[in-house]
Amino acid sequence: MADKKTLTFALMDAPFETARTTTALRLIDIAARRGYDINVFAYEGAVFVPFALQKQHANPIHGHPEVEEEDHPLPREWVSALIAEAEKNGGKIDWVNCGLCVDERGAGESVEGVRRGTPGDFWEMASASDNTLVIATK
Amino acid sequence: MVGYLLIESRDPFDWNDVSQFYDLAANLAKSGNQVTLFLVQNGVLPARKCVHSEALSAVARAGVDVLADEFSLDERGIAIGALVTGVSAAALDVVVDQLAEGRKAMWH
Amino acid sequence: MKVLNVIATAYRATLEEQDDTVLWLTHALKSAGADLDVLLRANAVNYVVKAQDIGRLAFGERVQKQGPRLAEDVAGLIAKEIDVYIVAEDLADRGLATDELIDGLKEVSRDDITALFDDYDHIWHW
Repeated sequence: MADKKTLTFALMDAPFETARTTTALRLIDIAARRGYDINVFAYEGAVFVPFALQKQHANPIHGHPEVEEEDHPLPREWVSALIAEAEKNGGKIDWVNCGLCVDERGAGESVEGVRRGTPGDFWEMASASDNTLVIATK
Repeated sequence: MVGYLLIESRDPFDWNDVSQFYDLAANLAKSGNQVTLFLVQNGVLPARKCVHSEALSAVARAGVDVLADEFSLDERGIAIGALVTGVSAAALDVVVDQLAEGRKAMWH
Repeated sequence: MKVLNVIATAYRATLEEQDDTVLWLTHALKSAGADLDVLLRANAVNYVVKAQDIGRLAFGERVQKQGPRLAEDVAGLIAKEIDVYIVAEDLADRGLATDELIDGLKEVSRDDITALFDDYDHIWHW
């Protein structure tokens, strides 16, 4: 790819709590479709975004008494899809969950393609990137 | 000078420091920098004519490129034709473009 | 690469975490070799108030032994030769006088922030 870039994103929010999670994943999706190399440093609650034990549920209030009808989004599926999308386009996503954040939250089970890391990884990723965007929590 | 990308995800109805972020964008532009203020999520709410939209128009008059995420506008039923003066709709791709360009990027 | 960490949010989960996680991250990044400074603004300016005291937090028999020491954590950044800037108007708006604050801070006015940004490659807004 002629103009391949490397971008790093730092995320802090747990899924299902704020619009920031979806917007962050939208940005990563755009970068993945371009075949960029993408680093994600998931800090604090964001370590739950790729949490493997997320489970769909039905939603009778929506008129969907069966799980399949509701087809509830799971951020872990979005993360897996983004990892695949980046690879499909010649890029990659290196998703690093901050280890201490994982420990204190019991978020040790993540989807494939997510690794445990440290703030040092974040600095290394940012230093090697064309740019870094911090999307902090509030 | 340098390029800046300021992403405003918050709205001045719920947050009283949004005006400071608008001021920062304007001041960076007045200092000679190329500045984009990209509104996303509830940050697009004042792009519809309301009690807070003049502040956005003022930022645009200061030389800032004020853009509103099309997806966020649609989500909130804000028609592109109804955007106040100085605000244009744009795809979120612009954020990735400007990150790739190396602009100093801040999310609020 | 030189980074300015702008810290605005304050007292978010500081009791559960026993620190401010962005101050903590700044310490960790410095230890990892980062070249960075800090700008405290908005409610985060309260972090440098010497008189902060979390008292004693307990839930039943479970007592917190290591509460957050936010002012010390900021002082620790200064001791590591991290420049800690603080927005003067945000201090004044919150009724904070200089003698209530830790030493070593560099006050900056809102008008001077744009010039400060020129000194950094990246501005990370937390």
